[in-house]
Amino acid sequence: MSENNPAAGADEAPAAAESRPAAIRAVPVRRPGRWISAAVLLVFAAMFVNMLLFNKNFGWDLVRKWLFWHTIVHGVWITLQLTFFAMVIGIVGGVLLAVMRLSTNPVSGSAAWAYTWFFRGTPVLVQLLFWNNIAALVGSDIGFGIPFGPQFFHLDTNSTITRFSAAVLALGLNEAAYMSEIVRAGILSVDEGQTEAAASLGMRRAKITRRIVLPQAMRVIIPPTGNETISMLKTSSLASVIGVVELTDASESAIHLYFKAIPFYVVASLWYLFFTTILSIGQFYIERYYARGSSRNLPPTPFQKLMRTNLSFRRRPAFTAAREVPR
Amino acid sequence: MTADYIPSGNRNQVAVEIEDVYKSFGRLEVLQGVSMTVREAEVACLIGPSGSGKSTLLRCVNHLEKIDAGRISVHGKLVGYHERGGRLHEMHDRDVARQRRTIGMVFQRFNLFPHKTALENVIEAPTQVLGMSREAAIAEAREHLEMVGLSDKAGSYPTQLSGGQQQRVAIARALAMRPALMLFDEPTSALDPELVGDVLAVMRQLAEAGMTMIVVTHEMGFARDVGDTVAFMDGGVIVEYGDARRVLAEPEHPRTQAFLAKVR
Repeated sequence: MSENNPAAGADEAPAAAESRPAAIRAVPVRRPGRWISAAVLLVFAAMFVNMLLFNKNFGWDLVRKWLFWHTIVHGVWITLQLTFFAMVIGIVGGVLLAVMRLSTNPVSGSAAWAYTWFFRGTPVLVQLLFWNNIAALVGSDIGFGIPFGPQFFHLDTNSTITRFSAAVLALGLNEAAYMSEIVRAGILSVDEGQTEAAASLGMRRAKITRRIVLPQAMRVIIPPTGNETISMLKTSSLASVIGVVELTDASESAIHLYFKAIPFYVVASLWYLFFTTILSIGQFYIERYYARGSSRNLPPTPFQKLMRTNLSFRRRPAFTAAREVPR
Repeated sequence: MTADYIPSGNRNQVAVEIEDVYKSFGRLEVLQGVSMTVREAEVACLIGPSGSGKSTLLRCVNHLEKIDAGRISVHGKLVGYHERGGRLHEMHDRDVARQRRTIGMVFQRFNLFPHKTALENVIEAPTQVLGMSREAAIAEAREHLEMVGLSDKAGSYPTQLSGGQQQRVAIARALAMRPALMLFDEPTSALDPELVGDVLAVMRQLAEAGMTMIVVTHEMGFARDVGDTVAFMDGGVIVEYGDARRVLAEPEHPRTQAFLAKVR
């Protein structure tokens, strides 16, 4: 159009757009409160950084020296194992309990409810001590066989339930109670029409749960499960109470050796922070994976965000937030 | 449209027999003695005010709802029960599921699986229920998507489709099981007016190919043009039943007359 109209000159816009009013350039509202709060926070931040850098008691040289000390690294490894096995028990148990709780069978429903009632109603530390002293409850060997009938093989309680496995059991079984509520909420969040549609196609209950309901429930289940995993990484430090040499216990023993407390607590904190950060990043990508199909735009990855920002601070980048589309 | 959908039975054979069916939800009596016969290749439309029980009746046909009294049979087989020695035995989940394979259903709210693409929605049941190979299922699914005019949307997730497109995928998904009977539960009620036509066109195509259909609908035009019979339901009973054009043009019962006067 403008090709045939030399009068348009450099202005390539079609005629209709020429009548468009100029974009609004208004004076922004003044917000002194923001400036004041920002200033206060900056002062606090400066104080904190100052303390980190110049307070000798942190003992940064010691931190650097002991961060990768073999006892500490071994403690980290035990902490990771505790977290991993406890979460496996927690998630598998949680799914099982949630499915039981939602089943039409009143006995399995009540059993799942009672489990959650007990394991959520007593402190995890008490459960930990309980499992550590399990031999005092069940005797020194555990028999497997027909209930109230003959037993086929026996396990020695004290060699089977080590401190480590007691900790895994205590943390995992406790976690299962919390996970069951999370999974149950996830399953209930899936529209009943999904089950009906799958049933009308001739799918059976177990397959509907596995192929249709659980994958959709994941969107609701994943974020709190990430929180639980991060929480478990830190709660596993309770295992030090029953003598499992995990990160916290390893730091404690180092303190007793060197009579320096703060540097080793800093070492432990840095390790915990490192792994919680890793877990948060993992959680972001898993959430993103399960969000497919539920929102039109997936949230951008940090890298994509960086590419879009254009490093411009004057104006906010045109950024379309991923919106949940109501189903 | 291929000949696959034309049921082998002849036109006068009974496809669905509903006999004196009662159903209540708690104290609310939704169906109070409904009887109706649908023959092979017939398009039966259920019309009536909301709450009259038409959707419930439809959902009883594939046993999504259990009936309290009466009996429903599809292709001569009792729905949801075995009859042995003069007694009814509840069907095992497995047999209910098997029975539903031949009965396709399309819902008002589409109910597509949102975590699967259009193509994955269509192949889900053939691969998971019928044990078809993925390749064969995909090849067939592409035909079904083409039939509903959506071959270019195979890779789209439901949220990326308009309501009309979603409903047509839902029809393709139901057809993928090669059903002998299709149930439509107000398939166009959740659609924007300009999208209704596309869905009705697919349904019309299906009807012309000889599919047996029971359609709960508020589209009187569709009922008149495509329907063979119309049942007007109100208060849990069929008030008037007969040839579609006759019922819609010259309703005999005053309640039918009043309803049709309002929706027209």
